Amino acid sequence: MSVLSKLKEAIVCLKAGRVTLPYPAQPRPAPPQFRGRPIFDATKCIGCGGCASNCPAREILVLDVCQEIRILKYLGRRCAYCGRCADVCPEKAITMSLEFENATNSIGDISQTLELFMSTCQRCGRCFKESSPLEQLKMKGYRFDDLKNDRWIFKSQSYLGDQPVVDDIKLDLE
Amino acid sequence: MKNMLRNLCKKMFGRSLWVYHANSGGCNGCDIEVLNVLTPYYDAERFGIKLVGSPRHADVMLCQGPAMRSTAKALKRAYEAMPAPKLVFAIGSCACGGGMWHDSYPVIGPVEKILPVNYYIPGCPPRPEAIIYGVAVALGLVDKKTAPVQFKQMEYPIPQYHPNDLHTKDEMVVYEKIDRI
Repeated sequence: MSVLSKLKEAIVCLKAGRVTLPYPAQPRPAPPQFRGRPIFDATKCIGCGGCASNCPAREILVLDVCQEIRILKYLGRRCAYCGRCADVCPEKAITMSLEFENATNSIGDISQTLELFMSTCQRCGRCFKESSPLEQLKMKGYRFDDLKNDRWIFKSQSYLGDQPVVDDIKLDLE
Repeated sequence: MKNMLRNLCKKMFGRSLWVYHANSGGCNGCDIEVLNVLTPYYDAERFGIKLVGSPRHADVMLCQGPAMRSTAKALKRAYEAMPAPKLVFAIGSCACGGGMWHDSYPVIGPVEKILPVNYYIPGCPPRPEAIIYGVAVALGLVDKKTAPVQFKQMEYPIPQYHPNDLHTKDEMVVYEKIDRI
């Protein structure tokens, strides 16, 4: 009986043939609906910061150096590849590429930094105001995320006192 | 340092990597992808990768999920139980950067707050191919593809209004580039 079952197993295995992918030796592209690493196109970006406001993982930092220059930094560490930044982008400057081979030995490798010109009103020199209250809610005014430590400042008081900001939890691990 | 690490990897882990699979509070998505890698379709055992049940037998720790308040101590103990040349892989965006709920109470942050992480495989969850690619990068079979990108804008992306383009025409002031704005 056992010999028969072994023979059966051998036949099943022979029928199946070789199924293993020769993956790292041969490329295997992702399907077209796959959402991989977002690619930021700096030539199209107008610096509205909608991606930073809509990112659920808060992975896009915005720092206004001055009235005219805005630095937009995508870190990608905890990016969930949800594609909300690409959806909300009015200029279609963000595309979800098919790149999935992002393995690296230093996490800073997947960051993208854009330095953008911001246009201001040519008469008064100030920034534009959005038309509707909903659009105004999307913009959070002057942005000052912490680019040195790669963290998102969620309160304007964070810099003032000793209040902790995000990712500043101290824990004893005896 | 990087070359040293690579040489050490080649010497120590040339034949086989025994992996220990540690989930410190993830959503099980990455666990399913890691188990997917071990199936015959994406056969990881051709690189000598074997899943072991105890950190004492393991060379590599596959961390999934962020470092949580409740599991940080256990994760640290599991890391210390592994024998000396050891690698830590952070798989998934939770382990790489803290995940979507990085600022909530039970989450401390990425696992690199607790353990020294050698390789990062971002993705939510990463594809099985991406995990195989990360392992291949660690083994030195392929080179990593990513590099930090920095871009400076040299001109405004949208045409600018300029008073020089204003002209008087039939007692009216006409802006020439009006169709472009």
